[in-house]
Amino acid sequence: MHIPDGFLDGKTAVVAAVISAVGVGFALRQVKRELPPRKVPLLGLSAAFLFAAQMVNFPVAGGTSGHLVGGTLVAALLGPSAAVVVVTTVLIVQCFLFQDGGVTALGANVFNMAIVNSVIGYAIYRMICHWLTGIRGRVTALAFAAWCATVLAAISCAGQLAWSGTIPWSVAFPAMTTVHMFIGVGEGLISALVLLAVSRARPDLITETTQTGQPRRLGELVGYGLLVTLGVAIFIAPFACSWPDGLDSVAEKFGFSHKIASPLFPAPAPDYQIPGIHWAVGATALAGAAGSLIVFGLALLLGRLLVPKQTGNTSDNFQNP
Amino acid sequence: MNADWLNHHHGHADSPIHRLSAGLKLGVALMVIVVTVLAPIRWSGWFIGVTLLLVLTTLLSRLSLLFLLKRLLVLSPFVLGVVVVNAFQPASRANWLAVAVKSMLCLLTITLVSNTTPFSRILHVLKSMRVPALLITTIALMHRYLFVLVDESERMRRARASRTFARGRRFHWHTLATVVGQLFIRASERAERIYDAMCARGWK
Repeated sequence: MHIPDGFLDGKTAVVAAVISAVGVGFALRQVKRELPPRKVPLLGLSAAFLFAAQMVNFPVAGGTSGHLVGGTLVAALLGPSAAVVVVTTVLIVQCFLFQDGGVTALGANVFNMAIVNSVIGYAIYRMICHWLTGIRGRVTALAFAAWCATVLAAISCAGQLAWSGTIPWSVAFPAMTTVHMFIGVGEGLISALVLLAVSRARPDLITETTQTGQPRRLGELVGYGLLVTLGVAIFIAPFACSWPDGLDSVAEKFGFSHKIASPLFPAPAPDYQIPGIHWAVGATALAGAAGSLIVFGLALLLGRLLVPKQTGNTSDNFQNP
Repeated sequence: MNADWLNHHHGHADSPIHRLSAGLKLGVALMVIVVTVLAPIRWSGWFIGVTLLLVLTTLLSRLSLLFLLKRLLVLSPFVLGVVVVNAFQPASRANWLAVAVKSMLCLLTITLVSNTTPFSRILHVLKSMRVPALLITTIALMHRYLFVLVDESERMRRARASRTFARGRRFHWHTLATVVGQLFIRASERAERIYDAMCARGWK
């Protein structure tokens, strides 16, 4: 999901950078306010941990392998603001040190992977934790939240690519969503298993971060909610309103339709798009809705399978099968 | 250090390019990247100029050409994706050649900068640009412990591999997650020790 340089045009890069800068500034302020000084090195170490964890590959269907994005996992372990800072740090280092993701696309990458992935993932995680209590509820909640967050980040990425005119929405949306619906299953599974492993070995690491600052979290979520909504309204909404020709209307509105470049070689199907492409957008949206129900069912099942019933909220009486 | 691709940043070679100030290099690179991304593809003069500048810098910096080529290959799946999509989508207005050229040039630029400049210098530049101190501390700590933790996870992987005869599909996920979870626990324990060490040396 790391967008390289050259794949986004000027307006998308600038808009994404502004939204991300506001979001990261907000997160830094929140972290400074609520994180005790003792925990400051933990941010850097968590970033290093996330980088190392992203190098562990897990198998995805069909012989390919994916790796952790980890925003939701870090948010569940450290809280949403700390997660935004941690993932942003990882993205900055990946950009400047390992050339993973472009410099001008840094804003867009931060928006997708640090803000959308961590904050929305965390919001869903908290919501489900309200219903399903105990460690079993947490495992279920994180598995589902990580799946949703991965898919949403991919949709946001598709929206940015489409708004830049690099890949049309009718292709980017179905392709990115479908692929990430599968990758997200791995992401959800591994996030939930990691949460379970940490809560069994060091339950104190998790409980102390998710139970403090309850009222302040609300304002925090509202702040991020506004930012994410703004981003979604800009990157995705134009395409969702008028699916077939969203890009054209946006292009006319902003007056850059004159930029249309003629293709370098004659395309095999000159005057019409591939049959079924329009249909694919609607079908993907449907599949996404159905997929989220299925994944929620799977997450419930996972929680049941992994956590024996008698362990309500502590895990010290757990025995390895 | 097992992962040798992580290691190249610590080879402090010397060349005229290495000796240039970090701020200058970053500034020029940023300008080159921004203009390259924004420039329409018909400004062929700009693209040829940037290519010449990059070739000259590469030669002066004495970096291995094979290494740079390997870095550029990382881009190929993205470019290929855009090429395939645009071949079947005549309505799209992207010029795949423009995307390919721009992303290659930008990637080469930032690769050259990051391989001729120690990361701490880049951090100094960011600091003078008034990036918040908390973010700088976090980035600096991440960079310091990145290699340590990658080594640690590699050691854990090797220890696990030497003890499991044939990993079953079912337990594969479980083992992976336990290793990652353990890595997080070790990282947070290390963070506590680092905090004590920082305080002992008069931090804040």
